[in-house]
Amino acid sequence: MAQLKRRNPCGWILLAAVVGWAVATASADAAVFNPETFTLANGMQVVVVPNKRVPVVTHMVWYKVGGADEEPGKSGIAHFLEHLMFKGTPSHPDGEFSKLVARNGGRENAFTSHDYTAYHQTVAKDRLALVMELEADRMTNLIINQENVDTERQVVLEERRMRTDNEPSSILSEQASAAAYLNHPYGRPVIGWEHEIRALTLEQILAFHKRWYAPNNAILVVAGDITAAELKPMAEKYYGVIPRGDVPERFRPSEPPQRAAREVTLRDARVRQPMLSRSFLAPSYIDGETPHAYPLEVLAEILGGGATSRIYRSLVVEQGIATSAGARYSPDNFGPSRFAFYASPRPDSSMEAIEAAIQAEIDRVVAEGVSDEEVTRAKQRLTASAVFARDSLGGGARTLGAALASGQTVADVEAWPERIAAVSRVQVEAAARAVFHPETSVTSRLLRAGNPTSGQ
Amino acid sequence: MRFAIPASHRRIFALTVGLLLAAISLPGPAAAVDIQRVVSSAGIEAWLVEDHTNPLIALRIAFRGGSAMDPAGKEGLADMASSLLDEGAGDYDSQGFQELLEDLSIRLGFDASRDAFFGSVQTLSENREEAFRLLRLALSDPHFDAEAVNRIRGQLLARLRQSEEDPDTIANRTLTRTLFPDHPYGRPSRGTPDSIAAITADDLKSFVKARFGRNNLIVGAVGDIAPQELGRLVDAAFAKLPAKGSLWTLAEVTPKATGATIVEQKNVPQSSIVFAQPGLKRDHPDFYKLFVLNHMLGAGGFTSRLYSEVREKRGLVYSVGTGLIAYSHTGLIWGSAGTQNARVAETLAVVREEWARMAAGTVTAAELADAKAYLTGSYALGFSSSDRIADTLVGLQLDNLGIDYIDKRNGYIEAVTLDDVNRLAKTLLKPEQLTVVVVGKPAGVESSKPR
Repeated sequence: MAQLKRRNPCGWILLAAVVGWAVATASADAAVFNPETFTLANGMQVVVVPNKRVPVVTHMVWYKVGGADEEPGKSGIAHFLEHLMFKGTPSHPDGEFSKLVARNGGRENAFTSHDYTAYHQTVAKDRLALVMELEADRMTNLIINQENVDTERQVVLEERRMRTDNEPSSILSEQASAAAYLNHPYGRPVIGWEHEIRALTLEQILAFHKRWYAPNNAILVVAGDITAAELKPMAEKYYGVIPRGDVPERFRPSEPPQRAAREVTLRDARVRQPMLSRSFLAPSYIDGETPHAYPLEVLAEILGGGATSRIYRSLVVEQGIATSAGARYSPDNFGPSRFAFYASPRPDSSMEAIEAAIQAEIDRVVAEGVSDEEVTRAKQRLTASAVFARDSLGGGARTLGAALASGQTVADVEAWPERIAAVSRVQVEAAARAVFHPETSVTSRLLRAGNPTSGQ
Repeated sequence: MRFAIPASHRRIFALTVGLLLAAISLPGPAAAVDIQRVVSSAGIEAWLVEDHTNPLIALRIAFRGGSAMDPAGKEGLADMASSLLDEGAGDYDSQGFQELLEDLSIRLGFDASRDAFFGSVQTLSENREEAFRLLRLALSDPHFDAEAVNRIRGQLLARLRQSEEDPDTIANRTLTRTLFPDHPYGRPSRGTPDSIAAITADDLKSFVKARFGRNNLIVGAVGDIAPQELGRLVDAAFAKLPAKGSLWTLAEVTPKATGATIVEQKNVPQSSIVFAQPGLKRDHPDFYKLFVLNHMLGAGGFTSRLYSEVREKRGLVYSVGTGLIAYSHTGLIWGSAGTQNARVAETLAVVREEWARMAAGTVTAAELADAKAYLTGSYALGFSSSDRIADTLVGLQLDNLGIDYIDKRNGYIEAVTLDDVNRLAKTLLKPEQLTVVVVGKPAGVESSKPR
């Protein structure tokens, strides 16, 4: 799912952060992050991920609310609120939050996805109390005025122009998501539709904050040079005193059965490199036929995981008809996920040729299945690098926070290598047959205006 | 499961890589980073931070000399080589090499900046022997088979084609070309469709032979490996490389910042704006003063003057900022912003106003204190993963900063006084030299007449 970062003082930093979300892998013989966890009396879950490399901590608060929890007609409100969370409280007015964090040598940011909104700071260990106090303060004491809303609305609209309107591939991807989800709110962009961003009011935003921002709807994750025993009294002092909120259940209208394949085409003069994508509605860890989720991860690795995957090897190396090609699947969503194939034609090839080649690989895996060796190697690659994931300070906090805010448990995250290792060839084949139905697909085509199908 | 792992060696724009390496990723705290100097039997030096917490090794290497040395007409050679070293080497064809990497979970990659060529390896320590062997093969015996060369050429051309429509890329290229009309720094580091089409397998082979000399090599390693073992593996990977790479000369250059405004028309809703003026090289005695000054002007995330005036108060942009680019032979202060076409003129006016206000020597004691508090306090945060630390070990050596730099660095920041920054601001910052490129359909902004 799309994830937006609130503050991007310089576009370069954003790029760095976006590629930072690489898919990695984990070792089957061990749990992944070995976190400690406890829950405060007011219902706030706390997770501690020890990492003693430097005397530094990453402090994150995740709210179990995102773009998919907005009321119809108010798209973008979760993300807009995230921007406004930096404006002030009675005790720390006028943007003092960021100034204080910076003055204490801290880095901070925030981001919003369909399923969650997260705020984070990285600071020297001895400044942890300060950021906890600030974050706890704005959970309930946010003050914003009309001027804040009017000015920040312009910033959000610029963010939308930068991310979406300036990029034909992003416009198409937004349209393809809308086509993929007829009824589920994943069909709306996290940043919001422009006309709805323009219509959001101060009162609506404050009401959204009041409804969803409460300790019993939040998860505190602290990673770094700290133990649960050290953190617990601080968590109780700053967050434990905040009363529970009357937070509603997340309501997510579900998808009706998809009965017709959908096609979306964007022709734009700015397109020089055409792209094709074909996606299928698929279960996530939480939603739909969940037993297929782990086998589908293995399948995605076999079909499109890298330079030796079936799709890349066939379209790019052997047939030489595509410059790039692959598959992706991520079951982390709280709601229904998608299994997607993509490719971009070489100038001497065509969109028809790569579409046929992708469909041939899909048909082949449905009809003939996969080999034991492919499954073994894919599983080994997937599970081999929980070690890599453990290495960085913030990686564990992000992975755990996102999982918990999307309906998983700490035990789910820690058992991931085991569950991948347990996937069988038969399960992979069953998952492929369950997901790859022509009528549940969305095909999107990015084409140069005036030149409808050629690869050039 | 998607693990969130900060990827440290991605390629963005050659310019930004330079910026990040040279100025922003100044490294972490003394307590955590005990750097050992390892010298192998063959006499190759490597800096090591030993850390046995996880069974992992991160290796970063560099050869001095980057894309600025691509021959005229073959621009993009270093970049293309970086994409091809792991596409078949030694006894392995492309698929065989990739399979081995994937099966052993070895992450091997290469990238080029203007002034250096980088390699990186991340491996489980149990696979270190193979990881260093594959690195050796990639550096000393890459194949450049026709299939792989054509495939990668196709990918590079596809990327170039699409980037020809990308306002940010167009803006960066135009400004670079404008600032360095007669110097290799002004040429496109990723090449042009013509230059990429002109590169042959022989060019790539000559590149490898000429550039990967042990005298140009810099090595940094972090993780689960003892000094002696690192020495042995470093020899296994590099001892057979030529002792010396080819010599080259690159002239010192002063950016041609005339204060011109260049508008390139592009039908997009948001204009991309980039701007630059001369800065300082990394070894300039005033570099730390500029580092602090730049933080207050535009690099200081959510607290800089540009952020506050352009975004926070007026809502003109989502992103605005400045960075220092410190190449081996020149320096720049470089900034960017993006705003809807209707508000480009206003955005430029505010940027110029802030540039002039800074140039008037208006930094206050409190502003400087805040900047120094951030820059010294956040120093530790950079050392958050093995590959980032390995990157720093190489950066320190590339910049000749000394193995004790990490202990000294905050002292250099602390030593900057209010007089220093205001004096430097008055002498260095030149609003009239600020050279601007806008790509979009900006209302009421036109290219200035050539001077």
